[in-house]
This record gives sequence, C-alpha cells and structure tokens, in this order.
Amino acid sequence: MTGALLEVTGLSKRFGGLQAVRDLSLRVAEREIVALIGPNGAGKTTAFALISGFLTADAGAIRFRGRSITGLAPHRVCALGMARTFQITRPFPRLSVLRNVMIGALGRHAEPREAEARARAVLDELGLAAKAERPAGGLTLAERKRLELAKALATEPVLLLLDEVMSGLNDAETERLVAEVRAINARGMAILLIEHVMRAVMSLASRIVVLNYGERIAEGRPEEVANDPRVIEAYLGDEPA
Amino acid sequence: MKWLGALAVLALLALPAVLNSYGVTIFILIFFYAFLGQAWNVVGGYAGQLSVGHAAFVGVGGYTAAMLSIEKGLTPWLGMFVGGALAALLGAVIGYLGFRFGLRGFYFVLLTVAFAEICRIAVSNIDALGGALGLYITFTGDPRQFQFQDNRVYYYIALGLMLAATGIVALLERRRFGIYLTAIREDEGACEALGVDTLKYKLLAMILSSFLTGIGGTFYAFYLFSLQPGTMFGIPLSVEIILRPIVGGAGTLLGPLLGSFILTPLAELSRLYFGQSGLHGLHLVAYGLLLIGVVLFLPQGAYPYLRRLIAGTRA
Repeated sequence: MTGALLEVTGLSKRFGGLQAVRDLSLRVAEREIVALIGPNGAGKTTAFALISGFLTADAGAIRFRGRSITGLAPHRVCALGMARTFQITRPFPRLSVLRNVMIGALGRHAEPREAEARARAVLDELGLAAKAERPAGGLTLAERKRLELAKALATEPVLLLLDEVMSGLNDAETERLVAEVRAINARGMAILLIEHVMRAVMSLASRIVVLNYGERIAEGRPEEVANDPRVIEAYLGDEPA
Repeated sequence: MKWLGALAVLALLALPAVLNSYGVTIFILIFFYAFLGQAWNVVGGYAGQLSVGHAAFVGVGGYTAAMLSIEKGLTPWLGMFVGGALAALLGAVIGYLGFRFGLRGFYFVLLTVAFAEICRIAVSNIDALGGALGLYITFTGDPRQFQFQDNRVYYYIALGLMLAATGIVALLERRRFGIYLTAIREDEGACEALGVDTLKYKLLAMILSSFLTGIGGTFYAFYLFSLQPGTMFGIPLSVEIILRPIVGGAGTLLGPLLGSFILTPLAELSRLYFGQSGLHGLHLVAYGLLLIGVVLFLPQGAYPYLRRLIAGTRA
C-alpha cells in the first residue's frame, strides 16, 4: 500500500446528533482521479473539509505525501501541495479576476511580479484571460466555477480536491470543464472530486467511492459501482417505485 | 498621477509661508489625523478588521514618551519609538486574542473598545501616571525635547508623518503582504484554502498599525503639552481616527488623506463658528449629518468615487 499520495483511515466526524462521516477510509494514488459520490447529505463535503483541514476530525488519520496532516491548519495543508475548491464558489468579489488567482500563486512565488505571470498563465489555460482585469464579483456562474479552479491551480498542488465544479453548468460548459480537468490530470496532478454530474464522473474517474449516511458503501471502477445494488438502493431507495 | 502627487507635496511644503497661525494649526490637525487614519487603514481598511480602540495606542505611545521624558529625561525623539513598540505590543495582544479566537465584526469592535476603555480607566487610577488629572509637560522650547517655539515646525513634522505612513502603505500595496490583506478582508476561509496564513498576516497588520499609531501618540502629547486619560485613550479619539479613512475610502491609499482634508477643516471651522454663536456641540450634529450622507451616497468613501469621476472625464 505504499505510494499512496493521500491515505485516509477511519475518519469520523459528528455534529451533535448527526454522524456526518463514519469510519471513512480512502486513498488516492499519484496521478489518479478518484470520485466521491453519494446522495445529498451523505457527508461528501464534510469529508473534504476534514481532509483539507477546515474541520477537525473526531477520530481517524490523514496522511498526505507520506506525512500526517491530521489537525493541520488549512493553509499548511495547501502549502504541502493539496488545493481545494468550494462547492459554493468563494471568489474575492471586489478584487480583479487576476488578483484572485494571484492570491493562490503568491504562496510559491512571493514576488508579486512572478505570481502575476503565473496567474496569467493559469487564466490563459482556463480561458479566463479576457476577464483578468474585471472584478470577480461580476462573473457568471460558469466563470466563477472556472475561477475557483484557477485559484486552486495557481497554488501548484499535487492533489486537487474539486467540490462539484460541474454543478449548474450546461452541457457544453460541462464538456469543456471535463476536458480541462483531464488535461490537468494528464500533467501529473492527482484529483479527488465530489460530483453529481454522472457523465463527468463516469468519464473522468478511474475509481469511485460511494458514501451514504457518512459511510462508505461501495468502491470500485465506474462500471462496477454503477451496477452495485447497494449504490442503486442508496440513490433510488429500496422500495420499487 | 505621479507628478500631481509631487506637485501637491511641493505646495504643502511651501504653504506655511502664506498661512496665518490659525491656518497652520488646522493643517497640523489635517496631517495628524490623516496620519492616524493611514495607520488605522492598514488593519481597518486593508485587512478589514474594524478596530474602534485605536486611541489605546495613541495613549500608550504618548504616555510612554512623556513619562520617559519627565522621569528619565529621555528625548521624545527616541521615546516615540519606545512608545510605538509598547503600542505594538498591546496591538499584538489585542490582535492575538481577537484573531486566535475568531472574533469577527461586532465582536472584534467590542474587544478593541473594551481594551481602550480598560487602558483609560487604569491610567485614570494610577497616580504615578498623573491619574485623572493627567500629565503636564513643561514648555522649554527645546527641540531636543520635541518642543518648538515656531508652530510651523509641528506643521512639517506632521506633514512628514503623514507622508511617511502613506509611503509605507504604498509600498505595502505592491508587496505580497498588502495583496494578502485585501483578500483577507474579502474572505478569510478562501484565503486559508489558498495557503494564506491569515492569523499571521492579520497580526502583522495589527502590529504595524498600532506601532505607527503609538508614534502618533508622542506627537499628540508633545503638541498639546498635556495628557489626559480621556483625550488620549477615550472613545471620541478612537472614533475620530476611523472617521477619516471611512469617509475618504477605507482600504485605499489616499482615502485617509482625502477624508482628513474634508473632515478636519469642517470639524474645526464648525466648532469655531458654532462655538462663537453660543451653539456649543452643534458641530457634532453637522458632523453626524455629513457621515450619514457619506454612508448613503458614497458607501465606499470619497476617494473611489473621485477616481471614477476622473476616469470618466478622461474616457
């Protein structure tokens, strides 16, 4: 089991009476794309928050690049090479699109001029260059999703955590973003993604982990998971309609 | 824009030649409040952490330099840096308590006000610091004791303070530190996700801001020749400090300066005018009305509005 980039074991988190995540284990190998799916409220976003340091787990361990990152502050986790996006996009609305991406780039390029060059390169790649000088608050939803991705990419991570970057996009926009995520992965970046858009999941992920009520109920290749009766039950309920 | 700034500085350098002594006094206050506003701007404007207790740093800076001068004979030219350092220490304590425990918005406001009030009450009750009566500095006119026969010297010192603080903030704006602060103001969680140590940068902003404000305290004390707990630590001074950058444009380089050039003469002249006509306190009403106007019509302050206006005429 060596060589795992991210290794999560026995992760649990309770909010009052709600067991949001229960004994979750998963791993992401280098250069791999893993999808985390499950019905609404299954604990996917909580799992992301735990892994990226925004929440502290009640139990369990998280190892990243061979070292424990359990309990580490989010900015430290990011500095180690893990970047996340937020399901509800969080742009810096009054800053320009370029500045938004520069905030990510400044971590590895303390000199603003270098960070700006880096940020412009990312904007070019994601087709946002024309909007660079605009305030981020004025972007469309599709653009905000790309900006969210651009900010994360600018931190130059080795593992990217994408929380529903496709949701709310139309078919053409989704296809374009899927192609871009694939291109990012082809450059050697591992990706862990939460996604409801199944077409995107099926075409991107090499492995899928299914959560329900905070627990892992299935794991495997996309076609295995899609035919797993427990997964179908979780999504559709056990009573035949 | 650059030559316009240089021209303005030259004009301000030459100005005392044509001003009467009341005019010089008004400009001293304009520069001084612009300086304090600029110092506050670092943490309140750029980093968006609303401190309404900055008088605490004026008081600590002023009392430190005054005590060192009175008791130990240390020149305020050095004492001001000791005062600045102690103010920065207090700023670090307040900042750490507030930021470490995630106090935001109103709660941070209350924390800063509480600290300033604790300082005021403590100093009022410590006889060694003059108690409620305060401290008085004997006027000798000795420049080494930060005392000058000619009011115009204070003018140039205040101008220097304002320009120095503005220079520091201008430098900051172009560095990673300043860029991070503007993002922290917008969304701290998103900053953390991008690798920004928000606690560290907010703390640094607080320390720099309180250090500069502490230096201002020395100027204030040695300009007035007296220090009272109420004037040095009181809520009214804290409010005066934040009004100018807010009116001029918080988080902008020239906002505090513009705000001070608008508000300070207004405050002084209306105080004089209403005072002479026996309507004491009415200047505060005029002040209040202006503030309401700014909040309603220029919520981002006068400077961003002015800049759009200039950009509009050029286009």
